[in-house]
Amino acid sequence: MEKLMEILKNLRPEVDFNTEKSLIDGGVLDSFDLVSLIGELNEEFEIEISFDDMEPENFNSAEQIYQMIVRLQSEE
Amino acid sequence: MVCNVLEYLERAEKLYPDKPAFGDESGQLTYRQLAQAARRMGSRLAEQGAYREPVAVLIDKDVNTLTAFMGIVYSGCFYVPVDKTLPIERIRTILSVVSSGYLIVKKEDEQLGREFEKETKLLFLEEMFQKSVHQPENLPLLTRIRERHLDTNPLYMIFTSGSTGVPKGVLISHRSVIDMAEQFTKTFQFSSEEVFANQAPFDFDVSVKDIYLTLRNGASMYIVPKSMFVMPKKLAGFFNEKKITTIIWAASALGVAASFRILEKEAPRYLKKIMFSGEVLPMKVLHYWQKHVRDSIYVNLYGPTEITCNCTYYIVDREFSQDQVLPIGKAFPNTEILLFNEENRLAEPGEQGEICVRGSSLALGYYKNKEETEKAFCQNPLHEDYLDMIYRTGDMGYINDRGELVFAARKDHQIKHMGHRIELLEVEASVNAVEEVEKCCCMYDDILGKILLFYQAEKEMEKEIISQLHNKLPKYMCPNVFYRLDKIPENNHGKIDRQRLKQKYMENNK
Repeated sequence: MEKLMEILKNLRPEVDFNTEKSLIDGGVLDSFDLVSLIGELNEEFEIEISFDDMEPENFNSAEQIYQMIVRLQSEE
Repeated sequence: MVCNVLEYLERAEKLYPDKPAFGDESGQLTYRQLAQAARRMGSRLAEQGAYREPVAVLIDKDVNTLTAFMGIVYSGCFYVPVDKTLPIERIRTILSVVSSGYLIVKKEDEQLGREFEKETKLLFLEEMFQKSVHQPENLPLLTRIRERHLDTNPLYMIFTSGSTGVPKGVLISHRSVIDMAEQFTKTFQFSSEEVFANQAPFDFDVSVKDIYLTLRNGASMYIVPKSMFVMPKKLAGFFNEKKITTIIWAASALGVAASFRILEKEAPRYLKKIMFSGEVLPMKVLHYWQKHVRDSIYVNLYGPTEITCNCTYYIVDREFSQDQVLPIGKAFPNTEILLFNEENRLAEPGEQGEICVRGSSLALGYYKNKEETEKAFCQNPLHEDYLDMIYRTGDMGYINDRGELVFAARKDHQIKHMGHRIELLEVEASVNAVEEVEKCCCMYDDILGKILLFYQAEKEMEKEIISQLHNKLPKYMCPNVFYRLDKIPENNHGKIDRQRLKQKYMENNK
């Protein structure tokens, strides 16, 4: 989780990822943020976020992103 | 000769009254509905006494915004699209440059609109094109306005980053947009069969092509919802559902589609023309699209807002390897490109020169900004025989051995970041306004795609800088990486030594 928070903070320093719960639905993250985020997550956690994972409910909060990473890692 | 873009709209209204002109998530407008709503709105605006002045609009990606634009044109005024997600201070700065009499907002944005009531008169979009017996089209008034029209009158104003710290309003005439629409139609053979998928927001001049090529040809345009670029799963389906034939997108948007690998599941079946601009398209993105959409032509478009969308094009006609760069090709008809070297003489083939543009496409300059206008729009240095204006883009280019124009670099501190054109000096001006920052310097790491900020201050100020910038600048202009230095290197003249700073950065990040 710590690593994830660091990636998120570097991505968008002004956003409070501890409290923000609608990163996608609230339009906080845009498509460019997503592209770089997915690239970094894939690399850092050695996972492959696929087309089917691209749902708002996997990205709306840091917690959800974390859950997705854990799930993808266990599927490896 | 077409002198007013409304002639395009009215021709389409006559030929295809029941065909959809523009569509969005919540519905679509036929040409008749669009033209009638625009005339009602133009009537209301003109009855207020507005004429040949800027009318700002808080825009959305929807058909109502486009109807508002057309309504403003009917009134004889010109529209100024303003992104409502910008920080309030940024909107205020833009409105102060415009010093517009009117700001058009939707009912749902009333609260935001009220922020600017001191500066401008607030009008509600819904009330202006409502259909009621009390508010019919005021045809005699619209006709009188029309009779006075000149094609050199302004049509719209789009804001772009300014190196002095204040954004500049680029003012574009009817003539320039008509020229663009005619040359694009001729060059790429657009017809009424065309279906455009609009990606660019309406404060971006990439969208000007979608809007006016649609009207010019009596075609249809569907607005791709912004959310589809964030979670692009539905994008591939969108292409086929709407039978999209042409996309004219920011290069970065094609990149998004490629990064999410959206075309594997469902390839667009109707797409025949893929055009892109705004940044250099990475080869791997081009290859990805080419692999999945084979029957399409691919066109690299080049040009700044000041020459009305694009001045050159290159139709991809050969294979490129990963390390090659797409040329920007050749000038559109009715446009000339001149390359001037440092001595203000024409560059030899292969020699780099500043890309300068001649033609009807030239903007009317920067609104209420004579100084910046005269810097960029000037007499053709080749002669003084008659008035012959060129626009100096600040981009450096050269002609390769195939006779194609190739973009080389920027002359100044302007960058392209996430599809946006940004003056680093404007970012620096905003950082310097933060108390306790003694000095700063912005650079761009184009490999990482990040804006770097080096600042001189006694303590770490990252948090303060971020929170202040976010009140003033669009978020894409805010630096991504912060470095505090005790002393920013200077050269002998006491100026910031950008070269040395850059070297240091490169050494540390090897």
